[in-house]
Amino acid sequence: MLPLSGYLVVDFSQFLSGPLASLRLADLGARVIKVERPGSGDICRHLYASDTLLNGMSTVFHAINRNKESVALDIKNEADRKVITKLIERADVVIHNFRPGVMERLGYSYERVRQLNPRVLYGEISGYGTSGPWKDKPGQDLLLQAMSGLMWLSGNADAGPVPMGLSIVDMFAGANLCYGLLACLYRRSRTHAGAHVQVSMLETAIDIQFETITTYYKDGGCEPLRTASNSAHAYLGAPYGIYRTEDGYLALAMASIPQLARLLECPALADYREPAEAFEKRDEIKVILAGHLRGRPTRHWLSILETADIWCADVLDWHRLLAHDGFKALDMFQQVAMGDGFTYPTTRCPIRIDGEVLKAVRGAPALGEHNQRIMEELYG
Amino acid sequence: MDRPLDGLLVLEFAQFMAGPTTGLRLADLGARVIKIERPVSGEAGRQIAIKNLFVDDNGSLVFHTINRNKESYAADLKNEGDLARVKALIKRADVIIHNFRPGIMEKFGLDYTSASQLNGSIVYAVVSGYGTSGPWAGKPGQDLLVQSLSGLTWLTGSRADGPVPFGLAVVDMYCATHLTQGILAGLLKRSRTQQSVLVEVSLMESALDMQFEVLTTHLNDGGKLPDRSGVCGSGHAYLSAPYGVYATAKGYIALAMGDLTQIAGLVGLAPGCYQDRATWFSRRDELLKQIGERMKRQPANAWEALLTGAGVWCAVVNDYGAFTGSDGFRHADMLQEVALSNGSRLTTTRSPLQIDGKCLRANKAAPGVGADNARINRDYHLTS
Repeated sequence: MLPLSGYLVVDFSQFLSGPLASLRLADLGARVIKVERPGSGDICRHLYASDTLLNGMSTVFHAINRNKESVALDIKNEADRKVITKLIERADVVIHNFRPGVMERLGYSYERVRQLNPRVLYGEISGYGTSGPWKDKPGQDLLLQAMSGLMWLSGNADAGPVPMGLSIVDMFAGANLCYGLLACLYRRSRTHAGAHVQVSMLETAIDIQFETITTYYKDGGCEPLRTASNSAHAYLGAPYGIYRTEDGYLALAMASIPQLARLLECPALADYREPAEAFEKRDEIKVILAGHLRGRPTRHWLSILETADIWCADVLDWHRLLAHDGFKALDMFQQVAMGDGFTYPTTRCPIRIDGEVLKAVRGAPALGEHNQRIMEELYG
Repeated sequence: MDRPLDGLLVLEFAQFMAGPTTGLRLADLGARVIKIERPVSGEAGRQIAIKNLFVDDNGSLVFHTINRNKESYAADLKNEGDLARVKALIKRADVIIHNFRPGIMEKFGLDYTSASQLNGSIVYAVVSGYGTSGPWAGKPGQDLLVQSLSGLTWLTGSRADGPVPFGLAVVDMYCATHLTQGILAGLLKRSRTQQSVLVEVSLMESALDMQFEVLTTHLNDGGKLPDRSGVCGSGHAYLSAPYGVYATAKGYIALAMGDLTQIAGLVGLAPGCYQDRATWFSRRDELLKQIGERMKRQPANAWEALLTGAGVWCAVVNDYGAFTGSDGFRHADMLQEVALSNGSRLTTTRSPLQIDGKCLRANKAAPGVGADNARINRDYHLTS
């Protein structure tokens, strides 16, 4: 039995953040019904990643919305609103990520929904909170990265602002909402109380920088300073970074510089004996290391460093990753089938319960695919 | 209103980041989280510092950031009396978290099978680097190494850069959200079955899940590798122009996805040249350069006013000074102070969640090693 089997999630959200929260709830066993606008549906259906389409929809939509049902209902139409109200009355969880004020105008604020269903958990993701000077700004990942200082943490010192190359704020916001909802479901299992769970992308962007922002306040407001080369973390000393080798790359995490000097037979590093120098003189240490590591293949360095328990790794692309036995042992992919029989491979839930990987069978739904079935369930 | 996890007892046998961040999440949601630590030195994360910054004898600034709002119970698991007390504590606990390498917890008789014999309704949560079997199982689970092995480093920066890591421990943090989700789902399962539950996550599976959109694309596009733009400032290997960051006459501006014909008109390019949407991706580098040339002519805040006024999704790139000085940051009210044992205070962040309209705050600082032994012995009637 999956942990959330029997729970019903009614999901009004679109794009990535909200749908990611409901994807995880679906993976864990909940029944998730996407309520989508007739005709167009979740905007993500047509938001392309690259130019890759899969069975007429973006690959991104397929990744985010597997294992869900879709009902096409117009939230502004009276007849459809009756159906929505019935769904909400039966729901354990309602999710939306509309801009502040929209659900209120549509008549489905938390207060209203709680009147329909006192035990409901109402989860919402906003860009910047439901009040304040930024509340009406578009809550989009790259913009959050830009506004929150995040772009000065990756890349080398002279690179200018460097966005992280995934929608990282969206994903953490969805993950945060998911565990907030789960915590309140646990409370409800004991107290029968409903809950209002809110998170914004802004709070999330600050939270993922909890270490660096705490540091910013502690050290008198110093901006993060990336290293001139081989930068991997603006606040960590040498050797932390990725280095070119004769035939590829080598990642080095925290390690003692004098020990590296011995193991790598790099006498120029032996001068940096004081532990504090690994941070204070990290730019020069990295230049020496980079010059030295360039001379031999990755395998050579790994064989020396791994034997000595130094934290290091090869740097793989997806071709080498997917071919690796270490990757295969994780069994990370699954094949899912859509209602029309189209099947596609995607990743699975990253959480194992009682020793089992959680795999889904169903692919993403076509828009309105489950209208008839849901109407029959609601009206018999 | 009560916090969702009030009354829950969590034992954290974890070090560094992924496990302890999970403990922090549960603590902020109301659980009582007790770190079980080796006497005197405590968990190894106390000595891991960024910028060489230490707060007090209890540990580094990073340790304080991750371990606030917890208690500490010092126990030498090689000592019979200590081990017996820890086992007695396990009988009372709801959740155990550990991130030891395979074999360590077995050695002390604290592995899942043994723990569930002590407590038939324990939720036992394990975080590893790469799972518990396969050739990577014994490798050190560390954020940068997992980023490097998982392919994540080929998504950021531009084509000439080589691999570029995300400049935060994103894998550790994402894995912590998975572990938190798994533990809470496990608690829900337990509430139905009254049986213990095993929850397992790994940094590598979390790093792969973080790439779920782009890996799904890779699996369905004939196995292409990500192709970052050749232009510095591009924002996402899989998104078309104008997505990225541009240098202006003063400062930088980020442009998200938008209608290029509209944006071209606004920045002084000929809209007619951008009508074919397919070229927004296929000629991405060229288009990024053309927009980049125009953006140099005015300061970022002037562009932001012009473009925002027309409904284009854009934002000025802030540094920490500009961000933390902004009205939007202040309004988010994300900071809180914790009270250190030496009488001073430390400014850090709060939980990002709001439950029933309230922020989750906690002013309790990270504990010293064993700071709570006496109280815990008393609360759970452990013989000292």
